[in-house]
Parts: sequence; C-alpha cells; structure tokens
Amino acid sequence: MWDYSEKVREHFFNPKNSGPLENANGVGDVGSIKCGDALRLMLQVNPETEIIEAAQFQTFGCGSAIASSSALTEIIKGKTLDEALKVSNQDIADYLDGLPPEKMHCSVMGREALQAAVANYRGEVWSDDHEEGDLVCKCFAIDAVMIEDTIRANGLKTREEVTNYTKAGGGCSACHEKIEDVLIAVNGRLYGSEPKPRKAPARLPNESPVKPKLTNYQRIRKIEDTLEAIRPMLQRDHGDVTLVEVDGKKIYVALSGACQGCSMEAATLGGIQQKLIEALGELVQVLPVAALAHT
Amino acid sequence: MKPIYMDNNATTACDPAVVEAMLPFFTEQFGNASSIHSFGAQVGKALKDARIKVQNLLGAAHDSEIVFTSCGTESDSTAILSALKAQPERRTLITTVVEHPAILALCDQLEKEGYVVHKLPVNKKGRVDLDEYKSLLSERVALVSVMWANNETGTLFPVEEMAEMAHEKGVMFHTDAVQAVGKVPIDLKTTKIDMLSLSGHKLHAPKGIGVLYVRRNTRFRPLLRGGHQERGRRAGTENSASIVGLGVASELALQHMETENTTVKRLRDRLERGILARVNNAFVNGDTLYRLPNTASIAFEYVEGEGILLLLNKMGIAASSGSACTSGSLEPSHVMRAMGIPYTAAHGTIRFSLSRYNTEEEVDRVIAAVPSIIAQLRKLSPYWSGDGPVTNPEQAFQPEYA
Ligand SMILES: Cc1ncc(COP(=O)(O)O)c(C=O)c1O
Ligand code: FES
Repeated sequence: MWDYSEKVREHFFNPKNSGPLENANGVGDVGSIKCGDALRLMLQVNPETEIIEAAQFQTFGCGSAIASSSALTEIIKGKTLDEALKVSNQDIADYLDGLPPEKMHCSVMGREALQAAVANYRGEVWSDDHEEGDLVCKCFAIDAVMIEDTIRANGLKTREEVTNYTKAGGGCSACHEKIEDVLIAVNGRLYGSEPKPRKAPARLPNESPVKPKLTNYQRIRKIEDTLEAIRPMLQRDHGDVTLVEVDGKKIYVALSGACQGCSMEAATLGGIQQKLIEALGELVQVLPVAALAHT
Repeated sequence: MKPIYMDNNATTACDPAVVEAMLPFFTEQFGNASSIHSFGAQVGKALKDARIKVQNLLGAAHDSEIVFTSCGTESDSTAILSALKAQPERRTLITTVVEHPAILALCDQLEKEGYVVHKLPVNKKGRVDLDEYKSLLSERVALVSVMWANNETGTLFPVEEMAEMAHEKGVMFHTDAVQAVGKVPIDLKTTKIDMLSLSGHKLHAPKGIGVLYVRRNTRFRPLLRGGHQERGRRAGTENSASIVGLGVASELALQHMETENTTVKRLRDRLERGILARVNNAFVNGDTLYRLPNTASIAFEYVEGEGILLLLNKMGIAASSGSACTSGSLEPSHVMRAMGIPYTAAHGTIRFSLSRYNTEEEVDRVIAAVPSIIAQLRKLSPYWSGDGPVTNPEQAFQPEYA
C-alpha cells in the first residue's frame, strides 16, 4: 500500500467540498476514465470581484486523486481567479505534505481542472497541453514523455546521456532497460551496444585465405575424411586410427595396433593434428582417447 | 476488532503447524543436506520426506519429479527457458493474455530477443478458444504455458485437455498452477502435463519456496548451474527449513481439500450473494461456473478500487484491487482489459480471496461494511448521481484528454 502522509489520509477519509455545486458558473472536467482518474471541478465565482466564493469537486480516482481534489478546493477558496491560477501542482502536493512519485499526476490533474474551470467561466476553450506518459524512473519521478522529448531535443543516443540530461536512471538502475526501450523507440535502434567493428587482421602473403565457417556436420565429415586419408599410411606400419569424439577444439582419437603405446605415438598424433588443422582451417588439438577419461 | 484477511491469492498466513515443523531447521538441524556427517544426513532425510508430501499433493508418479526452487516466479522462468534451450530448433511459445507477470514479462522479453509468442485471447468470462489454440500447435512450438487458475478472477483453464492436445502434436506443456495447488484436486500422473509451477506462500507455507514439477523423461536444462542439488536441475544449497515447511503445508492442503471445496466455497458464495444483494451496479468477474472455490472478483461500477481498499482497510478488512493502480500503472489490470470489462467497472474491481481460516462471522462483517463504502465513494464520483449512475454516464461526463 502507498505510504500516504497523514494529510493525504485526512483529505481522503474526510474530503472537503465534495459533491455537485448548484449554481456553479465555472466547470472543468479533466482526466480520463481509461486511466482511472477523472475530476470535475465546480466554481462559484463572484463576477464583480472574480473571487472564488465556493469550490466543489467530484472525483473518480484513487485515494490521492480524491485527496488532491479536496486540497485544491481548500486552497483556491477565497482567492481571485488570477491568484488561483498561480497555484501549481507542487503547491497542491506540498499542501498534502507530499505525494508518492507515482501519484504526482493526481496533483497535476487538480491544476488542470482549475485551468479548465477558469477557462469555462471566462468563456474560453481550454485545451490540454500536457501529455503524460508512464513513469519510467521512480527514483526521480520522470515519465516516458519527458525522456522522449529530451532525447529528441538533444539527439541523445545512450542511457548515460539520458541520465545526464534528465537524471532518470541515476539512482537504483532499475529503469535502465525501460530507458533503453525509449531510446530504441525514438532512434529506431540502440547505439553503443553493437560490437565495435574490428579491423581485419593483416594476413601474411603465404597464409591461406580464411575458410568459410563449416556447419557442425560438415566439420565432422571433414575430420572423418581427413583421418580416412591418413589411415593407409598408418596401416602400412600395422597401425590404425579411429575418431572417438569431437568436443569443440578437442578431437579425440584412438590409435591402435603398432601405433598404440609406441614411442612415436606423440609424433603420430602431432602429424594427424597438423593435417586436421590444414583441412579445417582452424587450430585444433588432437588427443588420445585416454585423455577423454580424465575430463 | 480482529482484522479480517481476505487476500489469500496474494499470500497466505503460515499454518502454525508449518512454523513449528520449520523451527528446528534454524537451530539444531542446521546441517547441509549434502554433507556426509550426521548433521547433514538428518536434513537430507527431512527433505526426502517433504518431497514425498509434495509428490502426494500433486499426484506425481515419482518423487524425483519434484524440483525445489525459490518461488513460483523462478519455477515459471525455469520451465520456459528450459524448453527453449532444450529444443533450440523450436522458437515459438503459446500462452494466454491473462497469465501472471511471471510468465508475461518473460515472454515479452523473449519476443524482443526474436522468439515468437502467441498469446491466446480470452472472452468476457476469461475463457480461451480451444479451436484457436489447436490451430496454433505445430512442430515450431517449444512450449505451451497456460495457468491452471487465474489469480485475479479464479477462472480455471482446461489445462488437462490442453495438455492432451499439445501432446498429440508433440508439444511440451507447462502450467503455472500457483493459484490452483491446494485449492483444487490435482493428479498429475493421469495427465499429459510436462511441467507445473507452484509457490509455497499461496498454500500456507512460507514465502520464498517454490516447486517445479518436471515429468520424468522431459527434456530439461537448468536455470541455475552449480552444485548437484536437486539432481543438478537447480543448483544452490537447499532452503531446508522452507522445504520442510512446504512438505507440512502440502500434507495439510491435501487434508483440507474437501473443506476448501465445500466450506470455503460456501463462504465465498455467501459473500458474493450478500454484497450483490445490497449494492447495485455491481457484478462478478470471471467464469462463475468454473473457478477456484475461494475467489470472488467483484466489479463496483463508477468508483475506483484504491479508494475502496483504503476504506476497507480502515475497517480492518484486507482485500485487493483488480486495478493495477496500486502498482503505479494507470491502466486497469491486464486481466480485466483482456476480458473486455468496461473501464468504469474494471477500475472498481475488488478481489476477495478466502482461506480455511475465514469464518462466517467475518464474511458477514464484510457484507455489512461494503455497501456504505461504495455509497460514500459514489457520492464523490462524477459518474454517479443519487441512487444510480448519471443518465448516459459516458456522455454526461466527457473530460478533456480522454
Ligand atoms: C499465477 C501466479 N503465478 C506466479 C506467481 C508468483 O509466485 P511467487 O511470488 O512465489 O514468485 C503468483 C503470485 O503472485 C501467481 O499468482
Ligand atoms: S528508477 Fe530510475 S534510477 Fe531508480
């Protein structure tokens, strides 16, 4: 549950000036049922003095929306219209000893209802110039629209820049992903996350060109084919080789016959390794099957 | 007056027997179940017993199918990510629009990473269309994840049938049964469900303990790698006290299954009827014929949920709101929106979720309290006048920036 101040509770449980106002000569309706917050502010203005003699509200909304409406009517009663228009949403929040950041929009709605009601009294059309987005950064109460506008106005590209310009993201870091989403929405992509283009390594003149990457299947076929080509040579010495396992860069083979345990075993493996490196175009290590048991 | 707790879908009180069984595992039974010495061995035995008790509650064929995790959310994440990792050639998921965020937020992230996610829509009662579901099943689907019961409305999903359908197409099936376990009978060995998530704190065990059921022979990849705990399927030293607690809670849940579906259900029905008889422009959300026995989701039109909750709280009654307002989002809950509940009602939805600890006297106190709370808030509402909504409420009040 929200951590509401005593003042908010007081104005929620016992709202002042609620209900319809007969003879209202200035009415402002703001909010949206979709967002779950809607407010009708009704004023009775003395035409001679422009003093607000009575103010009543009706609110569909959460606890702080009701409390903000109640606070607003208390603040503006007895003020002239011009004085009342100077009331900011921060004044409403201060009057209530503060609102949780997620609920600041309730005080904004109060101020807008006031502007709408005054416009209505004066026979003007009030239009909402305020757009509100989902709260992105709770640490600094900054919403998506504000971040978007700042990104556009300043051509921001990274989360760090957004934090420098708006403070959003400079606290607990919880909102970094959301800020990046806004960056992607505005810029079409996220800068700074792509791998840095690496310079192609200079190639020695007699080095073979980089072989195209083989699929796993192609790679194993290649290993088998290479071993197959070596076998007749070993068989002449009454030995043999078979493929046992391929684990990434490690290729395990079983040597049999005269090769097994002979003093030349290491040299034989080395020879096979050299052939495989050439055939695959990558560095691999050829190991006797006994090494597999130790992993 | 003693406060009344009717928010058991959010979390439940630990049963005193659960707490009692847990206490020794903070003191003399502190050993690590993996140790060879006697300190460890006794704990190991206790974990084994607990595993069997959970197995019994779920009707699982083998106790080795029970994997202890840290919460329902971890179980959900493990299930989905495991299915994707174990079948890299399958890059599609099927779920519903009314899942818990533990599923939906992960699916949204996976979508960003290039996976395809089909979210089945629901009708006014919160039901999915099985023909539509069937048409989505293919060899491209890595996993279907559908909740057994919805946390906001209590609506039950035909997961057993849906699992059969998935099975016929060779598709793996997971269910988030966090709200269903302990409230409706479950017998997994007679189903085709491959994985199931549960969370201890919804059935009178402590918070921070969960289970992922993984049917024998299901392809699996762990989320946490490390030690060999849980047969390598979930590394990390076991939360032995909580596992023991969950074991006791599972045993109790099985014993009280009947109570849940008779006594608790009767109390819930009494609450609903009592409130609806006294408050006009109010209705029950969800599938009233096919839902959890403990949940009542009631929409009060033209008022906003948070106000109702604050006033209920003042009278010592704890419930929760169907509106997500309390979570800082301005939109009503995704579940209400998915069911097409009008905004004027979705924002004023209150969920009362009961447990075997609630009494008839408590229910009657809530019935007595609600009408004046709603009346008080409606008096403030620009959509309300006298005893009913203003004529044509949507037209009578048309605020700027709608
Ligand atoms: C349907 C559902 N799934 C998952 C969860 C999350 O469980 P936990 O809080 O144990 O992570 C909840 C609890 O709110 C739930 O209701
Ligand atoms: S929410 Fe933005 S830094 Fe904490």
